[in-house]
Amino acid sequence: MAETLLFNALREAIDEEMARDPHVCVMGEDVGQYGGSYKVTKDLYDKYGELRVLDTPIAENAFTGMAVGAAMTGLRPIVEGMNMGFLLLAFNQISNNMGMLRYTSGGNFTIPAVVRGPGGVGRQLGAEHSQRLEAYFHAVPGIKIVAVSTPTNAKGLMKAAIRDNNPVLFFEHVLLYNLSEDIPEGDYVCALDQAEIVREGKDVTILTYSRMRHHCLKAVEQLSQDGIDVELIDLISLKPFDMETIRASIRKTHKVIVVEECMKTGGIGAELLALITEQCFDELDARPVRLSSQDIPTPYNGTLENLTIIQPHQIVEAARALQSGQI
Amino acid sequence: MTQADMSRDLAAASGAPSCSADATHVAGPHAERLENLYPATPAAVTRDEGLVLYRDMVLGRRFEDKCAEMYYRGKMFGFVHLYNGQEAVSTGVIKAMKAQHDWFCSTYRDHVHALSAGVPAREVMSELFGKETGCSKGRGGSMHLFSKEHHLLGGYAFIGEGIPVALGAAFTSRYKRDALGDASSDAVTAAFFGDGTCNIGQFYECLNMAALWKLPILFVVENNKWAIGMDHNRATSDPEIWRKAAAFGMAGEEVDGMDVLAVRAAAQRAVERARAGEGPTLLECLTYRYRGHSLADPDELRAAEEKEFWAKRDPIQRLAAQLIDQSLATVDELKAIDKEIDAHIADCVEFALAAPEPKPEELTRYIWAED
Repeated sequence: MAETLLFNALREAIDEEMARDPHVCVMGEDVGQYGGSYKVTKDLYDKYGELRVLDTPIAENAFTGMAVGAAMTGLRPIVEGMNMGFLLLAFNQISNNMGMLRYTSGGNFTIPAVVRGPGGVGRQLGAEHSQRLEAYFHAVPGIKIVAVSTPTNAKGLMKAAIRDNNPVLFFEHVLLYNLSEDIPEGDYVCALDQAEIVREGKDVTILTYSRMRHHCLKAVEQLSQDGIDVELIDLISLKPFDMETIRASIRKTHKVIVVEECMKTGGIGAELLALITEQCFDELDARPVRLSSQDIPTPYNGTLENLTIIQPHQIVEAARALQSGQI
Repeated sequence: MTQADMSRDLAAASGAPSCSADATHVAGPHAERLENLYPATPAAVTRDEGLVLYRDMVLGRRFEDKCAEMYYRGKMFGFVHLYNGQEAVSTGVIKAMKAQHDWFCSTYRDHVHALSAGVPAREVMSELFGKETGCSKGRGGSMHLFSKEHHLLGGYAFIGEGIPVALGAAFTSRYKRDALGDASSDAVTAAFFGDGTCNIGQFYECLNMAALWKLPILFVVENNKWAIGMDHNRATSDPEIWRKAAAFGMAGEEVDGMDVLAVRAAAQRAVERARAGEGPTLLECLTYRYRGHSLADPDELRAAEEKEFWAKRDPIQRLAAQLIDQSLATVDELKAIDKEIDAHIADCVEFALAAPEPKPEELTRYIWAED
């Protein structure tokens, strides 16, 4: 075990996979000489050279499409969105080509590509840099979507994403890069399609992902003092959802709260609760609860920003209300 | 105001009939550019090469004519964009490249590029009929032909989106050569697109990256003057697309897109540069589509005189005349090829009609790589 910062865990994963397979390459803005805006590719340019760690001009749609063509012809590109919000400019390539092309081509081509980068609401970065694109991309067929939350799962999931033969949208969180913990030594992978049971419990199931996992952990601490035994599940895979794990938990607790950082309308929770309603309707003892960000552009002002996203006390209040039968 | 516009105005002022005897002026600046290109000295061609080009162009033409027939008979659906008139571009470029080695990237007007690249006509016709035997298993349709076997990166239906994909294939060639040390990696990619695409960001973004990294790619502009109903000269500030190459420090060339030998010669020069590691070329082929944008286009804006101008420069008739003039083929030989191709296309239609539909239980197949 070694104490590792999350950005370094990602870096280790990319480094190890590049060493393991010479077809793995990185492309994006400032990924090379600069080392990545969050240093996820630090020093890899010196180690692997300018073609394998390619500094691109600022042209998101074109370099994402270039990654599609490279993947179709034998490479395994990792595209960095300097900020995931910028990938709105690459929406066409991600949707039409990364996501749909294998199907449209009748299986002629595969697109083994990873699109990764920081998303989420940071600290007063303003609306454009504080987006939750996982919700926007959720409907695109043919792509897997994962969100990492700890150094351990960041490394294992990055390695799995690189080895996967399908396009993977890989969401990191701008406020989690400096999270530090002991991670396993050497080569390990985490399953892209499996949720992580962060804490077992019997009273309420909380489903969350990315940074909200840590808000939930704060809430769980408080709730356990109240005698409420929460089962906390980090979804990890936002598409497809690990419904097996989710169903098993709801069969145990009969109560569910979804905590997400994306906006409520058309969000991850919206789809998740629809599936839960379809698949677990008879298991629920109370209506499901959805805690989401406000349906507004993220405001700059710090107080307003905090009011936009869910805070730990709101999770505590929702769980208490659910447990006491007020919901 | 262009010179042609000025001449037309002068003609009107002098009371001359607006339909002047000089078809160039009537047909506008696009035609005028073609006329001004160069006094055409036919490029040299051998009998075998000439017949390969002729056969490929006739295949493209007759295939598309059959598509129109099948569409109107209700056998083919959706948007169908035919290539009639532009055959010299597909044939001239693709036959200058190596089949199943170099890569080809097309647009929604992709049937003939697929045929030139060697995708069997049966597979292309089946795809248009939505059958399982289609090159995209009936999942793609007219605008989404793909063949990994024949290095067809695909037909891309949104304007400009295929260019970055083609750039990616060219990047792979360089990557294999310079990052993986495979000296034999010399595949060149040809990206085909139209004049309307030359106003979109991805075009410029890719010209920049291709020149920056000296990628082995040909940007082949099929300038047929019309983007559905928008005249190229009304859509762009400088209609001479090939000149945009200079801004990126890459080779640019303008070529008579109705002359397959001229296109082929220009493509050969570009391919040679690309294989030698000298980077990309922007090749503007002046051409014309005989039919509307798609079979759903009422085609109300294009003047009869303009169509006539280009029809007179038909690439198939032109090559046929050259082959006969140079005693490389006889009229009868060419007629025999036409007949053979008609029979081949009739066979494709029969094959496609009889081919199985995709299985309903395989509706969700091909979403994932493992499936």
